[in-house]
Amino acid sequence: MSRWMQGLRELKGYPSAVGGLAIIVFLVALSLYTVITIPYSEALERWRGGDHWQMNPVNAGPVWADRLLGGNLPQTRVVASDDAEVREAPFEGGKQVRIPLSFEYDNEGFPSELNLFLNQKGTQQEAFVRLTWHTPSGETIPLGGRRISEEDRISISQNRALEGRLGMVPHVGLFAGASDPADPQAEQGEYRLTVDAMLFDPKAELEADLAVYGRVHGLAGTDYQRRNLMLALMWGTPVALAFGLLAAVGTTLTTLVIAATGVWFRGWVDALIQRLTEVNMILPMLPILVMVGTLYSTSIWLMLGVVIALGIFSAGIKTYRAMLLPIREAPYIEAARAYGAGNARIILRYMIPRILPVLIPTFVTLIPTFVFLEASLAVLGLGDPQLPTWGKVLNDAQQQSALYNGFYYWVVAPAVLLMLTGLGFAMFGFALDRVFNPRLRTQ
Amino acid sequence: MTDAREPLLKVRNLQLHYRTRRGTARAVDCVDLDVGRNEALVVLGESGSGKSSLAKALMRLLPRNVARYSGQVLLGGDELMPMGDEHFRSSVQWNRISMVMQAAMNALNPVVRVGEQVAEPLRVHRGWSKEAAMERVVATFATVGVSRDFVSRYPFELSGGMRQRVVLAMALITEPELVILDEPTSALDVLTQASIMNVLKRIKREQGTSFILITHDVATSSELADRVALMYAGQVVEQSDARDFFHHPAHPYSRLLMDSVPRLHQSEPPGYIPGEPPDLVDPPAGCRFADRCPQRFGRCSDDPSAFELEGERRVRCWLYKEGTDHDG
Repeated sequence: MSRWMQGLRELKGYPSAVGGLAIIVFLVALSLYTVITIPYSEALERWRGGDHWQMNPVNAGPVWADRLLGGNLPQTRVVASDDAEVREAPFEGGKQVRIPLSFEYDNEGFPSELNLFLNQKGTQQEAFVRLTWHTPSGETIPLGGRRISEEDRISISQNRALEGRLGMVPHVGLFAGASDPADPQAEQGEYRLTVDAMLFDPKAELEADLAVYGRVHGLAGTDYQRRNLMLALMWGTPVALAFGLLAAVGTTLTTLVIAATGVWFRGWVDALIQRLTEVNMILPMLPILVMVGTLYSTSIWLMLGVVIALGIFSAGIKTYRAMLLPIREAPYIEAARAYGAGNARIILRYMIPRILPVLIPTFVTLIPTFVFLEASLAVLGLGDPQLPTWGKVLNDAQQQSALYNGFYYWVVAPAVLLMLTGLGFAMFGFALDRVFNPRLRTQ
Repeated sequence: MTDAREPLLKVRNLQLHYRTRRGTARAVDCVDLDVGRNEALVVLGESGSGKSSLAKALMRLLPRNVARYSGQVLLGGDELMPMGDEHFRSSVQWNRISMVMQAAMNALNPVVRVGEQVAEPLRVHRGWSKEAAMERVVATFATVGVSRDFVSRYPFELSGGMRQRVVLAMALITEPELVILDEPTSALDVLTQASIMNVLKRIKREQGTSFILITHDVATSSELADRVALMYAGQVVEQSDARDFFHHPAHPYSRLLMDSVPRLHQSEPPGYIPGEPPDLVDPPAGCRFADRCPQRFGRCSDDPSAFELEGERRVRCWLYKEGTDHDG
């Protein structure tokens, strides 16, 4: 224990170790927080998309980026009938309901979409609604009427007739006020959407939610399916770390044990291991993974297994063999043989621990390699079909031409996280190398 | 129990030959040895005379290039040579014969705490729990004069003398009947050598352990020796009581060797033996020391056998064949 503390204290002298460790601690903390707050199954369920995200705007950038550049683009507002003063007037066989949904609009630019969600309770009867739009300058624009079933969505933005009347898409035209249609400016002030409904059942209740979708959303923005990218960025962290760590541990340990076994038994065992390694070294890893992904399954855990399987007889065996050969002849190995230690005991307890200190830095720098490998596979379209990962976000962004459309946030955030991971482990690993590898010590 | 006068270890005609690129090297060639109970046998000899190979042959720590490994070894009346490797490993190795390796300074695993290291034979051979083994380690440490605080230290934190004691503790922990010490003090300063010799003497006295002490250091070995066997070119050329050997060496090689040991305040320079020891791959026919022997005579071109002299002395030299014509 004290030796570990001593090692940590020694690491404090290296700024890169402190920086790297800080990054790693941040990533690990983020992973833990993510896994605890958003359970695995829930993350998968949500990332599949659908109704969960219906109140989110499409392709909205992060709020902070807009505010940092001095912008004041709108965030999504939801005006609910629960907060509105609903007036009801019963008539025979039903009732008339008027719901005024008013909100203050003080942003620059226009909303990205307008939707009205209606939910009629207590009846099977269809209802009839008529919508009227009131602008701050007192203008009244009828938005037409229609029949609605129990649960319905009126997409005001998609109203072609209205678009024709306004000469602009509705979510712009309804907010443009009297400004020039060629260069519309948003009019600020209180807007109101009045919902007049005829419910053909006295017991019926109507709830209305007006969603004024913004152009910016949350810390990470949203993608083309309205999904909050934060979910993918957060869940990408534990996935990336677990993949990197498991792959690094799996390959390093197996490689080490196999190399030590070959060195200890020599003869045909060693020859076989060396030949297998030589054959495996010339096999290209990425094409094999692409093949497995294309022909079999792209599950991340299968990929992990294949990565480890291909990594077992890797070039590391050659290095470890060279390091272990002199240790094999060390007097304490002969002493162990003299008191009758078995083969397994000598390999696991005497040979491997001897070169572990030298391997720890290599091991730490190996982790991001596998994180990048997983991201590369995902970018190539071989990401896990269900799990949100950084690579998958990049893949989506690429497929939706994010950079062409100017959705930089979509590419930058996962890329930055990937680079941060690489940087953190590299900085920490190089510092460890200086501590554990005496030849690199300068003082 | 076996007869008290029956030696603990009886070695007859032990041979250990190695395959080398140039041919077969006869590192141990027809060696006969006796070690009594509670007796310390010192095996003397210069470098390359086959002392360490003898130890390896007794412990059955054979390298891969063994060409011939034969002879008869009796330990307390039990034949060791016909035993299978696994049987030998489980019942003899470290249980009855243990060993302090040459270069014992390096015989400790640098990444394992010395306490755990010393406990290894108990855990490997007897399957003891860690706690029980550690208790015994502490007791054994006390025997060899190592403080119990050292149990959880790493080898590099110990001085040479302490490391040597730890290695000795590892050899003693299973309470074997015979301990083979291969040059245990050769890398230590004289004071440490002396204190380790004292530890060995005390253990011999208190626990009745037998020792085979392999060394080239004539002066230090005389401290512990009850009997001496002198090796030359893979053979034991003289085996006798320590007092006799150190005061009246019989074999010409023994005499020259004793003459070459420097003494403090010596008026004349110490003697030396001209020539080189013979090649073990192709030893000369006849007496192997003949080329360097000042008392060489005609019969030396035949290989002498060991002649029994009074006082349980055996000398491999034609000079001691009764009725030999020395001028022949």
